[in-house]
Amino acid sequence: MSYVAFADRDHEQEHHDPETFFTKYIWSQDHKVIAIQYGLTAIFVGLIALGLSVMMRLQLGFPNEFNFINPEDYYQFITMHGMIMVVYLLTALFLGGFGNYLIPLMCGSRDMVFPYLNMLSYWTYLVSVIILVASFFVDGGATGAGWTLYPPQAISQGTPGIDVGIILMLVSLAVFIVAFTMGGLNYVTTVLQARCKGMTLMRLPLSVWGIFIATILGLLAFPALLVSAIMMLFDKTLMTSFFMPAVSSMGIDPGYSGGSPILFQHLFWFFGHPEVYIVALPAFGIVSDLISTHARKNIFGYRMMVWAIIMIGGLSFVVWAHHMYVSGMNPYFGFFFATTTLIIAVPTAIKVYNWVLTLWEGNIHLRVPMLFSIGFIFTFIHGGLTGLFLGNVTIDLPLSDTYFVVAHFHMVMGVSPVLVVLGAIYHWWPKISGKMYNETLGKWHFWMTFLGAYAIYLPMHYLGFAGVPRRYFAMGNTDFLPDSAQDLNVAITISAIFVAASQLLFFINMIWSLKSGPKSDPNPWDATTLEWHTPDHPPKHGNWGHELPEVHRWAYDYSVPGYEDDFIPQNVGADKVPAGRDRDGEH
Amino acid sequence: MTIALVFLGIILATLLGWLVKQTINTTPWEMEAASDTAHHGPLGGTTDKSKLIALVTFLAVASSFFALILSAYALRMELGDWVPLTEPQLLWMNTVMLIVASIVFQWTRNASVNDQQSRLKPGLMITGVLTLGFVLGQFVAWQQLQNSGQLVSSNPSNAFFYFLTGAHAVHILGGLYVWARATLRVVLGTGSAEGIRRSIELCTIYWHFLLIVWLVLFGLLLST
Repeated sequence: MSYVAFADRDHEQEHHDPETFFTKYIWSQDHKVIAIQYGLTAIFVGLIALGLSVMMRLQLGFPNEFNFINPEDYYQFITMHGMIMVVYLLTALFLGGFGNYLIPLMCGSRDMVFPYLNMLSYWTYLVSVIILVASFFVDGGATGAGWTLYPPQAISQGTPGIDVGIILMLVSLAVFIVAFTMGGLNYVTTVLQARCKGMTLMRLPLSVWGIFIATILGLLAFPALLVSAIMMLFDKTLMTSFFMPAVSSMGIDPGYSGGSPILFQHLFWFFGHPEVYIVALPAFGIVSDLISTHARKNIFGYRMMVWAIIMIGGLSFVVWAHHMYVSGMNPYFGFFFATTTLIIAVPTAIKVYNWVLTLWEGNIHLRVPMLFSIGFIFTFIHGGLTGLFLGNVTIDLPLSDTYFVVAHFHMVMGVSPVLVVLGAIYHWWPKISGKMYNETLGKWHFWMTFLGAYAIYLPMHYLGFAGVPRRYFAMGNTDFLPDSAQDLNVAITISAIFVAASQLLFFINMIWSLKSGPKSDPNPWDATTLEWHTPDHPPKHGNWGHELPEVHRWAYDYSVPGYEDDFIPQNVGADKVPAGRDRDGEH
Repeated sequence: MTIALVFLGIILATLLGWLVKQTINTTPWEMEAASDTAHHGPLGGTTDKSKLIALVTFLAVASSFFALILSAYALRMELGDWVPLTEPQLLWMNTVMLIVASIVFQWTRNASVNDQQSRLKPGLMITGVLTLGFVLGQFVAWQQLQNSGQLVSSNPSNAFFYFLTGAHAVHILGGLYVWARATLRVVLGTGSAEGIRRSIELCTIYWHFLLIVWLVLFGLLLST
């Protein structure tokens, strides 16, 4: 089908703008509204998970003070905190939230290709969240199996929530996967099929590349979680023995025999490791755009950046067993997985160098989104470097069950993506709301979050080296630890409460901005990408008014010599730009 | 996990090859350099091609799902307590029904493409009856196993049998939902011939896919 033919058709099928409150904001098929619905829901459960982490820190920092936290509660907090943060907050927010908002706007399309499916995706996601949250209130409470849900303990007597909690958790995951698949099909098809004229794949902003590849990873990896969730449901409800070995549980034989817990670990981590990159790749993409925009410089090595994303995506499927070193494995396997794990450092390092090189000699504007982006580079390098330690079998074995691992993964896939999320919300807030936020308050929010996060996680590395075990409700026979370890724990707890509380600044800022913030310019950051060049601000249903945009250049024409502005939007044609500029042009 | 890895390798290699073709040798930073090969594909809205792409993507997801179950099957089978299951003979008949359903669907598709409208209704009906017959047949096979004492919890091979056939049947039921919508449009005479043709084309692909999956599953069940 040619471009003209579609343009004709576009006029014929006049967009039926939603009119009532319900069709506009609740049962909406508009990708922007769905994005906000996804975002708000994800942030809501994220706050629950944040609250849980504060409760855990209270227990760890002041072991005998808070009698209302008993060991069962603590394990439920750990489990729900991990699962919510990884799946229901970050995955949903990056793909359902930012993916939904940015893909059609950045690709220059009117909406997702299947708007109805998109709406269904959100409502299914909401159902999965409701099931998850419901598990707090059922008899026996939520499951306390740890976010990895390892059998046999996940469904054995003694673990909290083995009656209903674990079932609700597994069902909720299955529903989430259905929701994600519906969304994912949309994102992939939209990127492939609905780009506007002139938008070649290699002219896509890196945000879209990150989200696109992450979606493909998700589509291929989530089935592993689905398979393991269904099989565990079978083990729990139908007494099959997929994963359950013969166990005697509190003197009773529950009737299992011969199952393989290791099989579950394989399936779980076959999903679990790509999941890390499902969260990381969108962050990589978004942060590239933020850095380039606020440094007024084209991203360094665009093609390399794209290929690094693709390589990381591919490699992420062959490293899963590095989560299972302590389960024991053939040394050759360990060698293989350690090697593949360390190879991932190559494309990742390429990305980090390119971010830093983009900043090099850039015209850096330290606005709030840029602060968060630079903060991300710090925390990501930090978490990535400790990953090199843990990727090696011999170093992993002694460190695996200590706070070193907690520090590592929180730095690399907790703090880092969250910094990008916050930076991205500040960056696109004017587009989403049409209002500006308070810059000073935003900067306070950044510094309190960034320094606070370091105050939490840097000491954890030392605790890990000292041998403080993770997952423990309270220290047991740990005489080998100096008393000062507990002092450090107190400091970490205070920092955690500080960081959690400082997030209030963010919400105050955004609510203030919505109510009485100044109107924002349609393109406050002088950015090149299409979403800043919509005819309406904020963009309306259908995004582009009567005519779809036409793209003439890549997304990174910043500070082009000889052009009046320091940015050339993607939809500015060659005729409006002085001739003679090419890549050999003077710098 | 070898099966899952081989499968993923194939998918990723396909994807990689396609991406190489799209991205290598383009220099997006050069003025207008990329526009020569610019993508002039369908621009927004739901088009034939986007439905096809969505379907193919979904098939990749579904195959990933089945490949992972097969991986688990292969891993679990090696453990000591595995007692091979004797599959009910009824499965052969079900298989034949599904094969014929797929063939008839292809015939209906060809009729639809060649605008032989009168063949659509019988074609769709026969496909539907045969496919429904397959699902019922699978259910009867379950009953037979239950009656002979082969419960889901008796042995891991049983559990896998129920899981695999159940998962496959759920996918078939999903297909039947789409089939029902297309058939309803043919029977009631609503909807354009064009729309019905597209719907039938996509359904045919899905039916062939589920047939292939079933043949792989059935072969595996028989051989172990």
